[in-house]
Amino acid sequence: MNNVVEGKVFAFGKNIDTDQIYPGRFVELTEPEDIKKYAMYGADPDFTKKFKPGDIVVAETNFGCGSSREHAAITLKSVGVSAIVAESFGRIFFRNAINLGIPVLTCKGISKLTSTGDRLRVDIRSGRIENLTTGATAQATPLSDYIMHILESGGIKPMIRAMQEAKQR
Amino acid sequence: MHAIEKLLAAKAHQASVKTGEIVNCDVDLAGINDLYLQTVKSFYEMKGDKVYDPDKVVLFFDHYAPCATIKQAQNHKEFRQFCREQGIGKLFDIDQGVCHQLLADKGLVCPGKIVVVTDSHTTTHGAFGAFGTGVGATDLATILITGKLWFKVPEIVKINITGTLRPGVYAKDVILHIIGDLGADYNVYRAVEFAGPVVERLSVSERMCMCNLSTEMGCKTSYIQPDAVTMAYLEEKGIRDYKIYTTDPDFQYAEELTCDVSGLKPQVSAPSSVDNVYDLDKYAGTKIDEAYLGSCTGGRVPDIAVAARILKGKHIPRDTRMIVVPASKKVMEEAMDKGYIKTLMEAGACITAPGCAACLGVHQGMLTDGETCISSTNRNFPGRMGSTDAGIFLASPAAVAASALNGCITDPTPYLKD
Ligand code: SF4
Repeated sequence: MNNVVEGKVFAFGKNIDTDQIYPGRFVELTEPEDIKKYAMYGADPDFTKKFKPGDIVVAETNFGCGSSREHAAITLKSVGVSAIVAESFGRIFFRNAINLGIPVLTCKGISKLTSTGDRLRVDIRSGRIENLTTGATAQATPLSDYIMHILESGGIKPMIRAMQEAKQR
Repeated sequence: MHAIEKLLAAKAHQASVKTGEIVNCDVDLAGINDLYLQTVKSFYEMKGDKVYDPDKVVLFFDHYAPCATIKQAQNHKEFRQFCREQGIGKLFDIDQGVCHQLLADKGLVCPGKIVVVTDSHTTTHGAFGAFGTGVGATDLATILITGKLWFKVPEIVKINITGTLRPGVYAKDVILHIIGDLGADYNVYRAVEFAGPVVERLSVSERMCMCNLSTEMGCKTSYIQPDAVTMAYLEEKGIRDYKIYTTDPDFQYAEELTCDVSGLKPQVSAPSSVDNVYDLDKYAGTKIDEAYLGSCTGGRVPDIAVAARILKGKHIPRDTRMIVVPASKKVMEEAMDKGYIKTLMEAGACITAPGCAACLGVHQGMLTDGETCISSTNRNFPGRMGSTDAGIFLASPAAVAASALNGCITDPTPYLKD
């Protein structure tokens, strides 16, 4: 994980639920290469054509509310999102994203300070956010040590895998 | 401490816990539904070898029951193989029904247990005094490997529900009203306790409906203090091994709210967000294409019973379709024994196999562009039941049946007199 990421903003509104991030009818897909084709499909069907690896998703409150589908996090990870910053997150989405190693930051006021197309710099550890286009700055809630530990391990999978390998050795 | 905190402390082998603390808890029951083969993939990616305790694992073939595509069938096939390899006995197959209803039907949920399912509506099990919460596939795979999962001890909000419900108004209306009032993000990452005289009088089925929908205001889990109604359920299922925790009198809730429901009228949640709630009157007369009765929210025996009562001896209009999906096989059997299914079929309803069906827009009752549906389910996000250009109204089962009868959104109250 990079401690500081920089990318172009794709901004969304409030209560962007998992059906908008990844529609239910595609949940049967299991390969990330297939899953990435439908990122944000319900909110913006052209999203994947515009989004470049390293870009950043910004949203208002309750981003990722709704179902437990990990596909919502997998699809954003697979298109290469470098961070997701929102006023607040749905709980399961938040956990899923952290588990996959996606930095998700809760930042009050962020949606007012950014629009689609702005360049954003995010310091994951300190939570300091800078809009390089407008010069505005914001402070996200710093992530807990436990969550940083998961992110720094590259997500929960490498973390548990290391544990298992140690046990099996 | 709160009962929820005592439960988490016991499962984390600690004397106490504090709000905000991260605790690693033993999970009593880990459920996987058929949407998430990802769970099995994550299990192997994390070098899982043997499931920690196969007796604590349950698989549900509910969302794709029975499969509509080759890919779904392939996923089921791989799940079956996983169960065989891992010695997982509890695989509830495509004939059985929706996960949350099955846990109740089979007596697998009881007070004091931690129940984690790869499904966001696992909050349902607060109706039994359990700690129920939904997780994603990789979290569930972690439980399969370690038997444990980390939780942040949540803030707890108490909602006292007072007054008396008018005829035609149900737990579904109460919880929609509360969500409309507080907003879909009101309780994100917090727990809710429902209490008060109205809750004490609610049946198990209605309690499940309330706790189920608490997810739609962001709740991590929900709780109703076990009481005589819970004891009757435990007795009926022959459950002896459970533990009831109680909240200390000096416990400080993050917030305490009171909701008087005496004047409450039937509610609808209008398209396209669950907190977009109004008195049903506002939309009375809106033409519907589909009336959908089913799901872990509104597909139980009392829900089907009230629909049969409203539709008995009548017929739904041409160009309106009604889809009835019993939440489980047991529900379906009871509804058949009591004649409700026959009544509904005679009224023109289409009855499908128990399961999730069109609740999540995969099969059996999908909506196309420009269509309107009234549904007893729990979500009306754009695209939830098919086309993103279809509108979904959420309402009580009685309102769904009355609306089916007239082909337009209808207050059920006049049909419930006698
Ligand atoms: S019935 Fe609907 S809400 Fe319940 S588990 Fe199935 S898809 Fe989810």
